Amino acid sequence: MDLIKTLGASRIALTTVDQVVNWARLSALWPMTFGLACCAIEMMAAGASRFDWDRLGMIPRATPRQSDLMIVAGTVTHKMAIRVRRLYEQMAEPKYVISMGSCANNGGPYWQHGYHVVKGVDQVIPVDVYVPGCPPRPEALLYGVMRLQDVIRERSLLDDPREGRQKEPVEVATRA
Amino acid sequence: MSPADILKKLEEKFPGKVKRSQLEVVDPFLVVATFSIADIGTWLRDERDLAFDTLHCLSGVDYPKEEKMEVVYHLFSPKHRHWIVLKVETPREGAKVPTVERVWRTANWHEREAYDLFGIVFEGHSDPRRILLPDDWEGHPLRKDWVWPEEWHGIPVKPGKQMVERAKEGEKLGVGPFD
Repeated sequence: MDLIKTLGASRIALTTVDQVVNWARLSALWPMTFGLACCAIEMMAAGASRFDWDRLGMIPRATPRQSDLMIVAGTVTHKMAIRVRRLYEQMAEPKYVISMGSCANNGGPYWQHGYHVVKGVDQVIPVDVYVPGCPPRPEALLYGVMRLQDVIRERSLLDDPREGRQKEPVEVATRA
Repeated sequence: MSPADILKKLEEKFPGKVKRSQLEVVDPFLVVATFSIADIGTWLRDERDLAFDTLHCLSGVDYPKEEKMEVVYHLFSPKHRHWIVLKVETPREGAKVPTVERVWRTANWHEREAYDLFGIVFEGHSDPRRILLPDDWEGHPLRKDWVWPEEWHGIPVKPGKQMVERAKEGEKLGVGPFD
C-alpha cells in the first residue's frame, strides 16, 4: 500500500490521515533514557555509532514530557516500580513501552527468589513489545523498535489511545 | 602478623573477651564478646602493629536452629597486609549489636544494610533507617522465617503463576546467562 498517491503530473497528493500521522509517529520515536541495569549498556550501544538508532529517528530525551517511548532496560525493583509508573504517567499520549531483557519481561534470574524484583514490568505499566535476552544485543533492541513501528503503523486515529494498545503484545523471536 | 599472633595480642589486651576462634580456615575468625566489639575495633585500628583501618565487609548471618544471629566483620590492614575476621553473636529475637560506625565510617551503610535485611539493631547508630528496601517494607527478607507478602502497593511480590506452573512441569527456565 503506497503511502502517497500522486495524480498524474499535477501537484496533488492523496493519502489518509492515519497513514501520515502514523508515519510521523513511527519515524521519530523519542525514547526516554531509562537504564536500570546491564541492559542499559546494550541500549547505549544501540544508540552509539555502530548501531546508531538515530537512523530510526530516535533521540534519547532526559524527561518523560518530551518522550514517546519508554525503553525499560533492566531490573525493575519494587522501589523503582512506583517511579516507573509515575514517569510513565507523566509521558504525553501517544506513548509506547518496550520491555527490554529478561528482568523487565518476567523477573529474569530473580523470578523465583527475588523478593525485591517486580515479576515483569507489565505488572506496573502496559507493554507493547517484549525483547528477550539477558541482555539482548543491540540488534535485538533495534528489531524490537522496528516491530513497535509495525504496531504503530496499524493504529488508527479513531482508536482511543489508551485502548488502541495491542491486545496481544509482540514478542521478538530470537534464534534457537 | 599471623592470625595466631593477632589472637594472642588480642587476648592479652582483652582477657576473656575472645569466646572462641578458628584459625584453620580460609578466613581465620575470632568470635568476640558482643558488647566489646566497638572497643576491640578501636584498639585493632589504632594499635601500630595491627593497624586494621579498613573494614572490608560487614555482614549478617541468620542461624534459626541455634536461635542466634551473627554479625561478621572482615578487617584488613593495608599497611601490614594482614587480614582477620571478627564475629559477634546475638539472640534472634531482639537482635542488638553496638555500632562500629565511629570506628570505621564504612560501617554506617553496612549496618543499615544488615538492619534492613536481617533486622539487627545497631545500638548508637546515627542514622538507623533502611537503606535498600522501601521505607514502608514489612519485615526483613533475609531472615529465614520471613514470610513473603502477597503484594506491595498493589504490585505482586510472589513469583508469577505462569512461571511457577512452567517450573512445576519441569521446564528449565532459561532466564539468565548462568542457567
